[in-house]
Amino acid sequence: MNKLIKNWRTIILDGFWYVVVIIISIIMVMPFYWTIITSLRPNSEMFAQPIRWIPSHITLIHYIEAFSTVPFGRYFFNSAVLAIGGVLTNLFFGSLGGYAFARLNFKGKRVLFIALLSSMMIPGIVTMVPSFLVLKNFPLVGGNNIFGHGGNGFINTYWAILLPGAAGAFAVFFMKQFFLTLPEELADAARIDGCSEFRIFWNIYLPLTKPALATLGVMTFQAGWNSFMWPLIVLNSQDMMTVQVGLASFTYNHSANYGPLMAGTVIATLPMLLIFIYAQKYFVQGIAFTGTKN
Amino acid sequence: MDFARGIKKRERISSFQRHQQNMAYVFIFLPMILFLIFVVIPSLMSLYLSFTDYNVIQTPKLIGIKNYITLLKDQFFWISLKNTFYYTALYVPLGIITALFSALLLNRKKIGIGIFRVSFYLPVLSSAVATATIWIWLLNPQYGIINTVLGWFGINGPAWLADTRWAMISIVVMSVWASFGSNMMIFLAGLQGIPDYLYESAKLDGANRWQLFWYITLPSLRSTTFFVTTMLFINAFQMFDQAFVMTQGGPGNTTLTLVYYIYNNGFGSLRMGYASALSFVLFLIILTVSLINMRFNSENVQF
Repeated sequence: MNKLIKNWRTIILDGFWYVVVIIISIIMVMPFYWTIITSLRPNSEMFAQPIRWIPSHITLIHYIEAFSTVPFGRYFFNSAVLAIGGVLTNLFFGSLGGYAFARLNFKGKRVLFIALLSSMMIPGIVTMVPSFLVLKNFPLVGGNNIFGHGGNGFINTYWAILLPGAAGAFAVFFMKQFFLTLPEELADAARIDGCSEFRIFWNIYLPLTKPALATLGVMTFQAGWNSFMWPLIVLNSQDMMTVQVGLASFTYNHSANYGPLMAGTVIATLPMLLIFIYAQKYFVQGIAFTGTKN
Repeated sequence: MDFARGIKKRERISSFQRHQQNMAYVFIFLPMILFLIFVVIPSLMSLYLSFTDYNVIQTPKLIGIKNYITLLKDQFFWISLKNTFYYTALYVPLGIITALFSALLLNRKKIGIGIFRVSFYLPVLSSAVATATIWIWLLNPQYGIINTVLGWFGINGPAWLADTRWAMISIVVMSVWASFGSNMMIFLAGLQGIPDYLYESAKLDGANRWQLFWYITLPSLRSTTFFVTTMLFINAFQMFDQAFVMTQGGPGNTTLTLVYYIYNNGFGSLRMGYASALSFVLFLIILTVSLINMRFNSENVQF
């Protein structure tokens, strides 16, 4: 009898749990469903009352309009170059720096590492004005003379994003933590065999870091693809804008034109979604790292 | 003979060490140069610029602490500060509660748990610009889903982003919706790190569910909670993207945040010196809050 009551109790609690979780899931997913539906439905049903949850037919007209009003294709290309470039530079410099801090002995190691680590505490906005000025006044590029005057320097070029983001303190820190988990004996054995330090790094340790590189890569790509404020500041000519900046200015200029607007949103979100589907494991590992690093 | 061998060995070690040290410098050279140019120098420059009057065209003119005095009398600075604090005061507690609650909710083995976790996490993948754009549509006063749903319950929803009372609250709700998934995953990782025997032995001592949560789960999540709280504070104080896309700081400056105001000064009206002073004030605020949080955390750590 007691057992029966207990069973009923679990079933009711389970049912209650499912109701709560499903309601929250609907709240989380519904906006995306609505976005996709809006981007695919004809204009005539856009403002239909009462709301029609399923479109009568599907049309790509809003995508065509989004791509023809503004150069979304170009924005997409720019974002891809910047996000992939950011991933490659961060993986390369992150593992170089991380390896040196984890496995090599040199003078000034502690001081440099603490400086690097504490730089992560500085809010991005503090360095934005001076970084902009450094890029604008960089000598001998973008029409600048040797004193950095006359031209626009790196402003409105890919370098304005790639250079400041190339060697992120986070990437170095992340890779250092990973190199520390690998056995030191591998290097000792290779050194006895007369292997150079670079080959020890490149041929022995780097291949072992593939999962860490994938995790860092995914995190860097997401940060790069979704970043907004810095690209807004340094890339302002039409043909240099990123997807996020392009979408924001599109929102600003066509705020009531919801069809193309939602089409743009779908385009801006799709790459991350695809990467998530294929590399979900690495997202989870990245989060686990973030949660345990203190 | 022994003596000579000793010298040779020492030389070999030191030449090996020198080789290793040189290689280390080669490895860190480029990362450190970039770090110097784009972090160290800008940070120092920012401090210097905050004591100057600088509009990019003319050379910076030293004016002492005048920017900081201007700032104290600048009503827009105070408005943006107030808005930033308002946003933070709502966003941080809501962010922690939603993340912790959903982590507790999803920390069990049930059919379909993977799908639920992914749906809770979904908005995190999207950018702030994209989610903000979606919410402009959802919050449309006449045709948006939110007011439609409210209408089913007989509630006449406000004009949200166009309403001075509701604009910032809308941004808070949207931001919590968009971001709690990532903190939820961090809490989930923390929950899974709590050893089972703690619960087992407490149950043997006759602890009920609430006591288990209060005396085992929460204390075990202390360092995770501390980390999540600190990050939420840092993010909240720097809120910009959502306000830029959804309201452009309006209506009536009710969503003008500190970072937005710095952006307007630095890159809108090219008052680079003044913008630097503002950003230093923000830096000090974030530093203070982080230190208080750290202090608070270390005081509570013994149990």
